Amino acid sequence: MDRWDGGDMKELAEWVIRDLFSKNPDTWQYTWAIYLAGMALAAVICLGFVAVFAGPVTWVERRTAGRIMSRIGPNRVGPQGVLQWLADGIKNLLKEDLIPDDADKPLFRLAPYLVFSGMFGTFVVLPFGANLIAADLDIGVLYLMAVTTLVVVGLLTAGWASNSKWALYGGIRSAAQLVSYEVPIAFALLVVVISTGSLSTQAIIKAQGGWPWQWFVAKNPFTFIAFFLLLTSAMAEGNRIPFDLPEAESELVAGYNTEYSGMRFLFFLFEEWANLWIMGAITTLCFLGGWQIPGVSPEKISASSGWTFVGWQLLSFAIFAAKVSWIVFIVIQARWTLPRLRVDQLMSTCWKYLVPMTLVCIAGVLFMDLYIVQGGITDKIIRWIMTLLGAAVIVLFFLRARYNYKMDKDKYPGLRNEKMWYPPYRMP
Amino acid sequence: MAVKKIYRPPMDFWERIFIFEAFRGLGITFKHLVLTWFKPGHKLTYEYPEEKRPVAARFRGRHGIRRRPDGSPVCVACFSCQTACPPQCIRIVAEESPDPAIEKRPRSFEINLVRCIFCGMCVEACPCDAIYMTHEYELANETREQLKLTLEDLLDPLEQER
Repeated sequence: MDRWDGGDMKELAEWVIRDLFSKNPDTWQYTWAIYLAGMALAAVICLGFVAVFAGPVTWVERRTAGRIMSRIGPNRVGPQGVLQWLADGIKNLLKEDLIPDDADKPLFRLAPYLVFSGMFGTFVVLPFGANLIAADLDIGVLYLMAVTTLVVVGLLTAGWASNSKWALYGGIRSAAQLVSYEVPIAFALLVVVISTGSLSTQAIIKAQGGWPWQWFVAKNPFTFIAFFLLLTSAMAEGNRIPFDLPEAESELVAGYNTEYSGMRFLFFLFEEWANLWIMGAITTLCFLGGWQIPGVSPEKISASSGWTFVGWQLLSFAIFAAKVSWIVFIVIQARWTLPRLRVDQLMSTCWKYLVPMTLVCIAGVLFMDLYIVQGGITDKIIRWIMTLLGAAVIVLFFLRARYNYKMDKDKYPGLRNEKMWYPPYRMP
Repeated sequence: MAVKKIYRPPMDFWERIFIFEAFRGLGITFKHLVLTWFKPGHKLTYEYPEEKRPVAARFRGRHGIRRRPDGSPVCVACFSCQTACPPQCIRIVAEESPDPAIEKRPRSFEINLVRCIFCGMCVEACPCDAIYMTHEYELANETREQLKLTLEDLLDPLEQER
């Protein structure tokens, strides 16, 4: 019996047919059943993961928000309130499911499923670890861009079918916002695709390395900028503050989900929270080295066997999850820091700033790839400089937080002679 | 109506490109995040049922009546508080005191907390300093009858289980 040497669900199914049933996958009559079982298994695992991620992250976000606002946050259900998400979920399940009389009922029922399947479809190509991926499509990034568009259709359907002007405004806004921000996301991903030469998500990760200076974020200045542009655009795509115009409660009542209640409403929220993972996973796999373990090459993982193989898989998953959690934390913190943009500011940010900047990044990456030899001395120097720059940003951030603490430690006497703003080169 | 013009300093270049300002903001929220977590006394809220907020010394909660050293109420049933009470929630029935030095004592002393507005006029009016206001404010109850305080309730306000 051969060892399963990794890959995706299709290869796992073929390995099962070949080695457990001793049949040829191309000619055996029950091949489709094994494929179907593999698909179902992948779907169930992904769905379970999404549910287990999207639930507790609501608690994490509310606790973080509480701490940022100098309060505690939910701490009643379970130790430190960790079961708050279960209580909320059960509450929403037991609530009455209202459909307005004037609503377009079939579309009203359809919209949450469209949104959910648009979100859930991305998990086909998102890797979790070295060989943990549902399907390593050759057109992974293109598929990612295509399938997330279904979310727009769902939100627009929800807004239209509710037959409420606030929901309709919310739906139209979300359509305009999401369609606009697809463009800078696509361009920022194009930067990565150019650097890799492949659209496959696993190939993108394998083109990077485990150490920070091998990541795409440190490859050259243009990818460094593209990382922040992708993060910003992904926040807009996920309807997160400062870009949560579709549900601006001061202008619209609650946006596209105004008329929804109970479980259907929960589907929209579920999509939003699961989007956090997708956002973080895309950013991580494109710029932060994905699941790459420092010092261990993907070939070594593939060549290992038995429990070593399982251990590498789990370690790579842990590394990937840690990076994604970091991105998710930054996104959560940004939500409780930044004010919401106006609609015109939102559109001008996208079309006047993000799109031209991503285009410049693409041109710059093309130029750098043309004239700088990969692995050469210039390449190494640039990578080291970019890594130090990234480290400097993180160090500056903590110094900045420390300065904020010292500044109002003695009830603001330090503020009296302090200039409130200084250029970034003098930032403490 | 005159228009009041507020001068707002124009944003300079670094403020306008926003990214460094966002960075500064993240630093501020991170400070609060860490401090609320680790520094005692940084959080501004009280975990109410377990942790009660200290009230001011002059806080006006439900009433109480002081006792003499022998345990009888200080009240001499002079009806000053009943007269002063704006919503007329105090009802006193007086009787003769067995002590020859004291003229009267209350047979029953009833304060209807449903009517009471917690103004403290009864405390101001009392010539013997008998009635006072405690710091108890958790007065919710099942029925209106339970909210009528009798003389026994008033004499031992802190020993009450309400």
